[in-house]
Amino acid sequence: MATDTLVKNARAARTTIALKLAMATSGLIFIGFVLMHMYGNLKAFGGRDAFNKYAEHLRTFGEPMLPHEGLLWVIRVVLLVALVVHVASAAQLAARASKSRPVKYEVKKNKHSSISSRTMRWGGVALLLFIVWHLINFTIGKVNVSGGATTDPFNLLVDSFDVWWLTLIYLLAMLALGLHLHHGTWSALQTLGLTNSARSRKAAKTTGLIVAVVIAGGFMLVPLFTLFGVISK
Amino acid sequence: MKLTLKIWRQANQDAKGAMHTYELDEVSEDMSFLEMLDVLNEKLNADGEEPIAFDSDCREGICGMCSLMINGEAHGPEVTTTCQLHMRSFNDGETITIEPWRAQAFPVIKDLVVDRSAFDRIIQMGGFISVNTGAAPDAATMPVPKDKADRSFDMATCIGCGACVAACPNGSASLFLGAKITHLGELPQGQAERNERVVNMAAQHDHEHFGGCTNIGECSAACPKEIPLDVISQLNKDLRTAMKQGR
Amino acid sequence: MANQKTNPPATNQPAVQTSDDAKGFYTLGEKIEDTKAPAGPIDQRWTDRKFEAGLVNPANRRKLSVIIVGTGLAGGAAAATLGEAGYHVKSFCYQDSPRRAHSIAAQGGINAAKNYKGDGDSVHRLFYDTVKGGDYRSRESNVYRLAEVSPNIIDQCVAQGVPFAREYGGLLDNRSFGGVQVSRTFYARGQTGQQLLIGAYQAMERQIAAGTVEEFTRHEMLEVIVADGRARGIVARNLVTGEIETHFADAVVLASGGYGNVFYLSTNAMGSNVTAAWRAHRKGAYMANPCYTQIHPTCIPVSGDHQSKLTLMSESLRNDGRIWVPKNKADKDKDPRQIPEEDRDYYLERIYPSFGNLVPRDIASRAAKYQCDDGKGVGPGGLGVYLDFADAIKRMGRDTVEEKYGNLFDMYARITGEDPYVTPMRIYPAVHYVMGGLWVDYDLQSNIPGLFVAGEANFSDHGANRLGASALMQGLADGYFVLPNTIRDYLVHGPYDAIDESHPAVVEAKNDVEARVAKFLSINGERSVDSFHKELGNIMWEYCGMERTAEGLKKAIGLIRELKKEFWSNLKVLGTADSLNQSLEKAGRTADFLELGELMCIDALNRRESCGGHFRAESQTEDGEALRHDDEFSYVAAWEFTPNETGTNDPGMGTPVLHKEDLIYTAIEMKQRSYK
Repeated sequence: MATDTLVKNARAARTTIALKLAMATSGLIFIGFVLMHMYGNLKAFGGRDAFNKYAEHLRTFGEPMLPHEGLLWVIRVVLLVALVVHVASAAQLAARASKSRPVKYEVKKNKHSSISSRTMRWGGVALLLFIVWHLINFTIGKVNVSGGATTDPFNLLVDSFDVWWLTLIYLLAMLALGLHLHHGTWSALQTLGLTNSARSRKAAKTTGLIVAVVIAGGFMLVPLFTLFGVISK
Repeated sequence: MKLTLKIWRQANQDAKGAMHTYELDEVSEDMSFLEMLDVLNEKLNADGEEPIAFDSDCREGICGMCSLMINGEAHGPEVTTTCQLHMRSFNDGETITIEPWRAQAFPVIKDLVVDRSAFDRIIQMGGFISVNTGAAPDAATMPVPKDKADRSFDMATCIGCGACVAACPNGSASLFLGAKITHLGELPQGQAERNERVVNMAAQHDHEHFGGCTNIGECSAACPKEIPLDVISQLNKDLRTAMKQGR
Repeated sequence: MANQKTNPPATNQPAVQTSDDAKGFYTLGEKIEDTKAPAGPIDQRWTDRKFEAGLVNPANRRKLSVIIVGTGLAGGAAAATLGEAGYHVKSFCYQDSPRRAHSIAAQGGINAAKNYKGDGDSVHRLFYDTVKGGDYRSRESNVYRLAEVSPNIIDQCVAQGVPFAREYGGLLDNRSFGGVQVSRTFYARGQTGQQLLIGAYQAMERQIAAGTVEEFTRHEMLEVIVADGRARGIVARNLVTGEIETHFADAVVLASGGYGNVFYLSTNAMGSNVTAAWRAHRKGAYMANPCYTQIHPTCIPVSGDHQSKLTLMSESLRNDGRIWVPKNKADKDKDPRQIPEEDRDYYLERIYPSFGNLVPRDIASRAAKYQCDDGKGVGPGGLGVYLDFADAIKRMGRDTVEEKYGNLFDMYARITGEDPYVTPMRIYPAVHYVMGGLWVDYDLQSNIPGLFVAGEANFSDHGANRLGASALMQGLADGYFVLPNTIRDYLVHGPYDAIDESHPAVVEAKNDVEARVAKFLSINGERSVDSFHKELGNIMWEYCGMERTAEGLKKAIGLIRELKKEFWSNLKVLGTADSLNQSLEKAGRTADFLELGELMCIDALNRRESCGGHFRAESQTEDGEALRHDDEFSYVAAWEFTPNETGTNDPGMGTPVLHKEDLIYTAIEMKQRSYK
């Protein structure tokens, strides 16, 4: 139902666009994080020592200025906040969107939208579920499905990706991540107001594609090469 | 041409509507889409069934009064308004589904007619430059760079038809809103009220129950005036700036 | 107005009509006079009038209310301006938003005597061109004022953010338009009307937010309330709920546009109608010069019976396109590309060697009609002539043609499905604008006190013919600058005694409307509204179109009267009165068009001369050029409605009374035009 009143005391921070800005900013934090994470994962190609040293370095980074695992905790807190913001604003935006069209069309064509843009919401939920499992798998629970309990990160990695279905879940999740990044990167740039011309719009879309391919592709290398035995204990 | 038409009929805003099927023969490909509906209405009237209500006025693609979701596309398959769409874009024997714009902010009044007054209220909240009649300086005192004037014009060609809302999966009016923000924001005259304008108009947009933009691009693809997605970026940027400056 | 000044000597004598073609169709009434125009030198009159008009104390303004019907350039601009001044304005339109008004469709541009090009333009020259262009049938003081305020319009619009075309230096661009020799037309690509209307609309919406203007969309005015001799309100139908509402005010402004749709097919919007003006006319307001109709030569021709409206293409096409028909009737169905050069008749270039394809609108239109009457017309129904760009493409190259006319070619291709780069376009004239309208004085007030008329709905500024890019100028001049200044001289005597629903005039007006609505729904005949409207349009186009004859007009009057009778006995309108009912809306409009059509024919029959948009076959030179008779007809024909109890409507239209307003010129001398 349309209203017939005008808003009083409008504030920028209370608009949907502000919500989208929160979404975009938290999204960009994640892009930065997954980029670093992907880079770290590639250390697995250097063998156990390179990989474990990198894992250890993350914990000792900044000592003695920072306490042990200090940086890691800073990152964790930032990511957690970003996650809450990202998910909460997504939920609100989705709720607004669904209320905005109570009666659906009998026939509706998509003229322009990409698969990645249409799968943002469910893809996002899938990624959230994956993250939960991923943390249980590698961080909190260190659940080793095939090789028994271990505190060695490299062992855990190799043992996990030797299991075909774990690898499959991981690869599917990376596909979802790629799709999410493809639209999400461009969308964040547009929401931040950085695409005010046809040229910058094209550049932002290309950036989205590159980010998606590099990150999702980079993440996929380690499990695939582990599964095929190139990376092994 | 012979056509099967599936058309949404609804007696009034509170009534429950449904799709009805009509057969129409001897449709000429030179008819506009609305003329085809005129012919159908003449037939219905002769048969004793009340004609189908739909909006149209100028029928030359500029007033923005016509609407219609045709086979799932706002204004149908061509980049133009429904009134400028011609039957040669369809095939003999085709089934055409015709629905009203669907949005919480655009309630159906009757059949294919919707209430778009939400757009007027968005404009009321700031889609103008405050200058009283007679208070204007000589027009030549304020040069405007040609590229800015041209861009301003391009965005000012929005006809307020609502196709962007109809096509958007989120029922967002961001393209309409962004077009007005960009039209006025590109001009030196529009600067004084720039922050206030974007905040007030965006707030009214939300208040009318339009959804948020997810940068999917269906709006721009449906726009008969081809308003580009740039304007939504500009809208976001202006709002961000206003927020930074304490609005 | 008491005024000590005297006018300069007149250059002409009052007309003395000796012919009486319309004898028996009208009665002659008293002469009328415009009592508001101040005397004195023409360039002082507006200044004097503004000074003499009363001032309303700002604190009193919110107690004064004004109803404005129509939200086009005139109505929208007036609503915004009166709202800004602090009056309480109620604005009505039948569309779903004020922004839809048909001013939006104007393509070309807006004239203003800015002289930014330094090419010798001035207020006086714009005045001169407009009076001359109107074939000396307009009131000189009104036209001078129009030219005088024209520069202010541009200033106002630019300040509002109207994105006019600019040069690389950032200054406003101008072009020359409609055959004048100076560049005084401001434009925004081919969408000037849209941009100006959006400017006025936005200014009005701003006042809605400020609380000074109330808007009533999807409302149609169906009666004016005249109480105790003054216009005090309107009866309107809420088109969504069907409710018949009464609205009161201290003054009523009609800015409801022109009545070109009396021809059914025209370039007007589907909803453009005469109802607001005609209901006022039936309540006593005089209708002036209703026969002056502008027909535009370059429209896309009719493609079949289904045609609902006609689309204009900019006249600029005639700058480079060549107009022709086949010399042999047998060739008219041939592919035009197969017709060799020697079998083509470039008739405008042949008949008017010096102006060629650029002759004025009415000449070009009539010439096309003659070719088609002669059986040489091309396309469906033989109603079209070729407008050929083959030479232009050869001369300038396709790219240049595309750059200049690309959007028009695209529009043509979209509507006709033909590619104008390959086959010549087909064009035919179409009704585009009406110069006639409700009679108003210098203050834009009709002969009913408190009833003001602005924009195309009044008759005042264009005489018998309107120049290109002058409609937008007049609409905005009336709305922004003229009416807000003159209406205060009426409002200063208000607020007028409050009236309510129980006032006999209100009861009567409301009852009339309700009875009419009920009548349409109860006739229960066989024919649809559109079928009547189409038939009326055909009669008007045939006999009261580009060329009119006494015989034809008399025939038309008879045909219209019969059609009117059938309308009121054989109309079929389904649906109910208490919901959105588009057939019912159209029925009311068509009923009024039927009466207007008859009056137009009577006016055309009486005016046995050819001037501007009115061509009587009996009055032409040996070369077939329009021939004016200033000695007989240099007057405004203002028609008074008389009811006829035995009529078809209730009451029907009786014999109209003709009141003449002499046109006396002091600042210009009358001349015959020639384009040979």
